[in-house]
Amino acid sequence: MAATDAWRRIARRVAGLFGSLLASNAGHAATLPEDKAEAMYHIYEGGGLKAEGPALLVRKSLGDRISVSGSYYVDAVTNASIDVVTTASPFKETRKAYDLGLDYLVRDSVVSVSAYNSSEPDYDASSVSLGVSQEMFGGMTTVTLGYTRASDKVLKKGAPEFSDRARHWQYRVGVTQILTPRWLASLNFEAISDDGFLGSPYRSAREFGAPVPERLPRTRTSRAVKLRAVGDIGARQAVRGEYRYFWDTWDIKAHTVEAGYSRYFGDEWLVDGFARWHSQDRALFYSDNATTSTRYLSRSRQLGTFSDFGMGLKATWTARTVPGQYVLKLHGAYEFVRYKFKDFTDVRTGQPYAYDASILQLFVSATF
Amino acid sequence: MVRVSPAAPVLAALALAGLLSGCASIEPWVKPYERERLADPIMNFSRDSLAARHNEHVREVREGARGANGVQGGGCGCN
Amino acid sequence: MPLPARTALATLARPTAALRRWLVGAALAITVPLAGSAPGGTAPDFTLRTMDGKNLRLQEQRGQVVLVNFWATWCGPCREEMPHLNKLYDKYRSSGFVLLGVNVDDDPRNAMAVAQKWGVRFPVLPDADKKVSRLYDLRAMPSTVLIDRDGRVRYVHLGYRDGYELTYDKQIRELLKE
Repeated sequence: MAATDAWRRIARRVAGLFGSLLASNAGHAATLPEDKAEAMYHIYEGGGLKAEGPALLVRKSLGDRISVSGSYYVDAVTNASIDVVTTASPFKETRKAYDLGLDYLVRDSVVSVSAYNSSEPDYDASSVSLGVSQEMFGGMTTVTLGYTRASDKVLKKGAPEFSDRARHWQYRVGVTQILTPRWLASLNFEAISDDGFLGSPYRSAREFGAPVPERLPRTRTSRAVKLRAVGDIGARQAVRGEYRYFWDTWDIKAHTVEAGYSRYFGDEWLVDGFARWHSQDRALFYSDNATTSTRYLSRSRQLGTFSDFGMGLKATWTARTVPGQYVLKLHGAYEFVRYKFKDFTDVRTGQPYAYDASILQLFVSATF
Repeated sequence: MVRVSPAAPVLAALALAGLLSGCASIEPWVKPYERERLADPIMNFSRDSLAARHNEHVREVREGARGANGVQGGGCGCN
Repeated sequence: MPLPARTALATLARPTAALRRWLVGAALAITVPLAGSAPGGTAPDFTLRTMDGKNLRLQEQRGQVVLVNFWATWCGPCREEMPHLNKLYDKYRSSGFVLLGVNVDDDPRNAMAVAQKWGVRFPVLPDADKKVSRLYDLRAMPSTVLIDRDGRVRYVHLGYRDGYELTYDKQIRELLKE
């Protein structure tokens, strides 16, 4: 396919340019991320779906040049969401994901390699990522490049004859620039290309009022650009703002804006607050109830016209500091999000669908 | 509709970065000893990676938009 | 892919080999000048006040070998370097060696508290207004400057990596022999 050939060529060029970035030496070096261990319990509840579980992360440096990390994540899902309740019956399922990463310090650059796998009874996703982060221009500019190649296997419960694949390619480039001793900004760009079965084998669309299986294209290319800035505004406070614009070949256009504030209280407490607003336009073939017959059709509300607004608060308490050895912290974060759909009808009420969601994260972290 | 090659901005950014790395003639205006505020964890966009990954996952599953969350630089700039 | 886009992609991609060579060549050709604290030049004189109120002037250390280490509490590699500098201080201080730790934190009191916590044994001089840092035109954190008995800058080390302390040891011994 012409699109995937072009992408393969781009991947080879990007790989080549990784090499040249590594070779260029502007005299400034970099540091590896610090050693740490984190254990978290997360809960998402909203729209009839509950997903909760533990997550763990460990990072350790081996010598001066290498840092290895591993993480494990579990989602125990109880699904009674509107899709499930109106077309089937509630179910429970567990998803487990893990990833292993290696960061290698080479002169001024940090090269990262990682592997990821997520598996649940009817979906298995694996990916490999490569990234380079280079400091330049007196350490004031950091350029990062990233590439991820993912491959998924899709199955269907209750239909053993169903088996399909999806492949994904992600290209990331970002620049972080220090503006003043108190402000920095970054610009990130990401292009993602998908190929294969991109929908859900359980979801149905509506055509002339009757349910039909959804028909999604087997390719998708999306692009996103995000600009963000963070600044120290004195008295141990910081503010940050970000804006992302997203567009893809399914004709979805989305804007996401986020603003945050952080503040230290005394020696032990740190509080963060943020507000986030996301708004998107529907995919070309999305319809709540199609009145014409089109090649592609979907009623997946993630592809419809909707907006969501969330606000979050996080508190961090430094429990113990042993200087030169470790720092132990406890964190609690809560976010409340309201989703409002313009062209997805709640068939139980006949009104445009809306729901609220809560996200809770409780975790302990130790940095060494 | 004008189709911009997805590789163009990537390659342009790389070329720019490469050129910038050779610009030793422009003095960095924030000196290494002036980076105290920038080294503070509150200046980090995603300081708790597990929590950040969880948030990103929750949003990606529920929204049609994805990507550009990026890895960030800045910080203490040591070594 | 339409023809114009394909051609654009090809032209962007094809000179990559040449572009790559240019990038490497140009970047490697740049040598980082060490203005202000160039090896071979006289070490810029400075006077800093220790926490107990005494003034310490660099020129008064003539006749001894001086190692000036610029550090900060927010700098990870600086903390890693401290135990090694302590060892060097203990080893050579009775042989005509002076080790000065110039701290560049905005808050000198906090810096002193942290220096105590880290067990720093050599004199720590606060440079909160960054005058000395600017004088020495620091290019990295930490920076270590080795000054000989005649007050001349002999070696400058930018940053800290595992093993640098062995180089410091060798260079101090060399300068003490003079």
